[in-house]
Amino acid sequence: MILTTVRPRLSLKVRLRFDRRTGRHLLLYPERGLELNDTATAIARLCTGEWTVDDMVDHLTRVYDDVAPDEIRREVCGFLDVLADRGLLQNMS
Amino acid sequence: MNNEHRPYTLIAELTYRCPLRCPYCSNPLDLAERGNEIDTDTWLRVFHEAEALGIVQLNLTGGEPLLRDDLELLIEGAGKLDLYTNLITSGIPLTSERLSRLRALGLDSVQVSIQSARSSVSDRIAGAPSFHRKLDAMQWVTSLGIPLTMNVVLHRENISEIEEFIALAERVSADRLELANTQYLGWALKNRLALLPTLEQIEQARIVAAEAKMRLRGKMEVLFITPDYYSEYPKSCMEGWGRRFIVVNPEGLALPCHLAHTIPGLRFERVTQRRLADIWHHSEGFNRFRGDEWLPDPCRTCERRAVDFGGCRCQAFHVMGDAGMTDPACSLAPGHGHIESARAQAGRLAGTLIFFDYRTSRGCFSR
Repeated sequence: MILTTVRPRLSLKVRLRFDRRTGRHLLLYPERGLELNDTATAIARLCTGEWTVDDMVDHLTRVYDDVAPDEIRREVCGFLDVLADRGLLQNMS
Repeated sequence: MNNEHRPYTLIAELTYRCPLRCPYCSNPLDLAERGNEIDTDTWLRVFHEAEALGIVQLNLTGGEPLLRDDLELLIEGAGKLDLYTNLITSGIPLTSERLSRLRALGLDSVQVSIQSARSSVSDRIAGAPSFHRKLDAMQWVTSLGIPLTMNVVLHRENISEIEEFIALAERVSADRLELANTQYLGWALKNRLALLPTLEQIEQARIVAAEAKMRLRGKMEVLFITPDYYSEYPKSCMEGWGRRFIVVNPEGLALPCHLAHTIPGLRFERVTQRRLADIWHHSEGFNRFRGDEWLPDPCRTCERRAVDFGGCRCQAFHVMGDAGMTDPACSLAPGHGHIESARAQAGRLAGTLIFFDYRTSRGCFSR
C-alpha cells in the first residue's frame, strides 16, 4: 500500500524511452523493460520526487477530465505499486 | 513484423578473453581456439541494425568487455542510438577514470559479479586474485552515481554465504542484487558435480532472499533465480527461441542464445556476411525452434507451452543429446530422470570437497 503523502521518484536505473515501433513509451532498467500505456506514461513522468501521490491524482484529474477521480486514484496507486514492487521507485517512505 | 518476434535486447559478447577462470563460465568449452574478434566498425554497424530492428537494451559482456580497448567508442555509439547500455563485467581491469569516461559517453548501468563474499574464497573460485579490485570497482560505480547490479552466481560452495552477499550489496549501495543459481551449461555442466547445491541449501537460500526482498523493497531490488534443476517446470529460456534476444558472439555469429552454436546441425550466420534483420527473420538457425510447430511431446499439448516454450534447447541437447526434446529440467519431460539423478548425487556428496575444472586461461591473453 502506498502512502499518498510520499513523493515517488523513478530510481536512478530507470530510463523512459519512446518506442517508435509501437508509438508507446518504454520504461527501461537493467535487463528489463515495461511497455507503458498513455496513462502509465503520464504517471511515470510525474515520478520526479516533487509530486506527492495526491498531487499526481489532482493533476491527472484535470488532464483526463472525463475520468472519475476515484478511477484515477486507483490507476495511480496501482501503477506505483507495480513500479515499487520492481524496485523502480525511490522516496517511498 | 508482429510483436511476437521482436528483439528487445542485444547481448554483445565483445570478447572471450577474461582475466578470470570461473568454473561455471557460460562461454563455450572450445573458446581457446577462437581468436578472431570482430572490429569496432562492425560492432557499431550491428548496434545500428539492432536498433532499427527494435532493440532498446544493449548488454556489453564477454568474457571481459573491459579488455576491449575500443569500449569507449562502442558505448559512445550505443549512446547516440539511445540504447540502454549495461556493462556486465568482473570489474577487472578498471580504473575510476575510465569508468567516469564510459559514464560520460552514455553508459547506463554496470553489473559487477563477485564469486564469494569472502576474499580468499572469491579469489579461489575466480582462479585469480580479484576480490579487492571488485570491491573498488563497485565503489567507483556507486560513487559516480551509476546504478549498480551486484551479481553472484550461486553454487554449492558459496550458497551458504547468502546473508553475507546481501550485507555486502547493502554496504556497496547496489541498486540490484542478482542471486543467480548456476545454469548448468558450458563450463558449469562440466563442473556440475562440484557446483550443484542440495535441495536443502536451495530452500534455505530462498527463504533468506525472500526476507531480504521484503525488507529492502524500495531500496534495493533482490532477485533470486532458482536453478532449473530444482524447479518443477523449466525456465522460458531467453523468453523463447528467437523471440526477444539476439546474441552476437565475439566472432560475429548472431545467435538466439550464447550457446546455440554448440548444438550440432543448426546453421547460424555472421553479422559480417548478412544484415542483422535478414538473419533475425530468415536464418535457418533462428527459425528452427520458433513458434510451436516443432514442439515435442509432452509440450505439444501442455498448457505451459506458451509460458516456457519447451525450456532450454541447449540443455535438451547437452543433457539428452537432442535439442528438439523437452528440456529435461521439466518434471514432465521424458528425460527428467537425468536431472533427478544429478540432484540425488548432489545430496549424497553434500559436504564433500570436489575440485573444479577451471576454465582454460588460453584465449585470455594472446601468447
